[in-house]
Amino acid sequence: MLGLIARRLGLGLLTLWAVSILIFAGTEILPGDVASAILGQSRTPEAEKAIRDSLGLNRPAPVRYVDWLYHFVQGDVGKSLANQRDIAPEIRARLANTMFLAGVAACVSVPLSIFLGLIAAIRQNSFFDRFINAITLMTISVPEFFIGYLLIIFISVRLDWFPSLAMVSDDMSFGERLYTVALPAATLVMVVLAHMMRLTRAAVISVLSSPFIEMAILKGIPKWRIVLEHALPNALAPIINVVAVNMAYLIVGVVVVEVVFVYPGMGQLMVDSVSKRDVPVVQTCGLIFASAYVLLNMIADLLGILSNPRLRHPR
Amino acid sequence: MRLFGHRFSIAALIGLAIIAINLLGAVLAPVIAPYGESTPVGDVWAPPSAEYWLGLDNLGRDMFSRLLYGARTTISIALVITCLSFAIGIAMGFSAAVVGGWIDTMLSRLVDTLMAIPTLILALIVLSVLGTSIPVLVGTIAVLDSTRVFRLSRAVGLNIAVMDYVEVARLRGEGLRWIVWREVLPNALPPLIAEFGLRFCFAFLFIASLSFLGLGIQPPYADWGGMVRDNAQAINFGGMAPMIPAIAIGQLTIGVNLLVDWFLSIHSRAHGEGA
Repeated sequence: MLGLIARRLGLGLLTLWAVSILIFAGTEILPGDVASAILGQSRTPEAEKAIRDSLGLNRPAPVRYVDWLYHFVQGDVGKSLANQRDIAPEIRARLANTMFLAGVAACVSVPLSIFLGLIAAIRQNSFFDRFINAITLMTISVPEFFIGYLLIIFISVRLDWFPSLAMVSDDMSFGERLYTVALPAATLVMVVLAHMMRLTRAAVISVLSSPFIEMAILKGIPKWRIVLEHALPNALAPIINVVAVNMAYLIVGVVVVEVVFVYPGMGQLMVDSVSKRDVPVVQTCGLIFASAYVLLNMIADLLGILSNPRLRHPR
Repeated sequence: MRLFGHRFSIAALIGLAIIAINLLGAVLAPVIAPYGESTPVGDVWAPPSAEYWLGLDNLGRDMFSRLLYGARTTISIALVITCLSFAIGIAMGFSAAVVGGWIDTMLSRLVDTLMAIPTLILALIVLSVLGTSIPVLVGTIAVLDSTRVFRLSRAVGLNIAVMDYVEVARLRGEGLRWIVWREVLPNALPPLIAEFGLRFCFAFLFIASLSFLGLGIQPPYADWGGMVRDNAQAINFGGMAPMIPAIAIGQLTIGVNLLVDWFLSIHSRAHGEGA
């Protein structure tokens, strides 16, 4: 099993490396480099050369790539083109905010979706089950901002329970922060909940139809024990997989949701930087988002291996 | 009503009706629309009335007219993206499946890497370098989306490439073009048609999200995602203005999904699992 885990870890690292090359190359190969992005309309050959020299853009691309990655790993991600300040402190603060929002959403959505999925699996084809089906079609069909605005209209404007703008600052207590991110977190939960719930249901149902479950039923074991002790452990691997896929999906959802609620996170920073064409900031945010995505997928695979006794104890 | 010898289910008929209404609205926009695409006609965020069916937007333009013109832009761009991504994806996927060898390995690894990054993040990086314009948007999303078409058409193609009739064509001395177009493609159509619907939904939602972020289709063109963004402020005054284009986005994707579900269900019954 150690070999299997080591191979998966190695593959994950290889993917990370390939992703970093792709992101670097994406900003390199495409026409119009950083120098012309800084100068915009007012570019002259001399000014462009001066900027290229000061940014070290004249060195060959592989040298710059190694240099960029070396500094990135050390946490030195360079300067913003827009205001010439170091990017690192701002990214750090915003990354913490984004992690907090995504973390709250994950803590609520994962247990809730598994619980509801189990109920749907036990009560197959009941009203509750069909209700979930309809809701799933709804949530995959509408964009994230639709759910966000719906929540704002009903919960924030009509009922006035939670604020519609999620402005967090450093001097807020944990409770205040939770209160502020309630609506964006709820939006994210709704975006991922239905999908996770449905796949949990499908996984448990497929296990419930296997012969050893029939055996357990014939032995007279109560239904809740069959589901919790016999079906759930065997359905764990696919459930872990779908949870990880949805956590990875949160990374993308968070970008749009942050813009809806004007939340000072990394997604908002990235979108702002794209419209300002601030390439270094976009590069950094992109690499962080992509790394998180790759890492989550790797963790899912590892947990999947660990949760399967047949892989855990090889003969 | 029947298609390929199968009766439409009620859900599929609803989906078909939704799609037809949207297409009609988009094509006939200049004829149906009571007001111009960007002419202010009254007060900002005026509520719906007999004169202005869906009210007015953030600049006092008629919401219903803009919705029709928006359908034109949004649906046509999403369609172009989907067709382009299918052209790229199918050509690459079938070639990889039929030829195999190092071409297959190279393309597959490239696609694996592209798919290891969330599409939105990759698209944002490209847009930051190239700036936002419609050709850039179409090209970027089509290329990123073609990775999924590649995966599917390669998988389907691999199953078909080992069939006897493909072997016969090879022995007859037919070239790669013949094998892909005349032998593989016709037999791979059902799963690809279903995928076309799903990819269209994806491209459509993606372009709407980018426009909502202010990075997609730029004004003065009306488009549904951008209309949500423009009218977002109305919510704080209790207005429903941004919900109207958001609902428009939702209904079309639901319609396409209903039709795709039906299509998948008849084909899984007729041909067994998979293709």
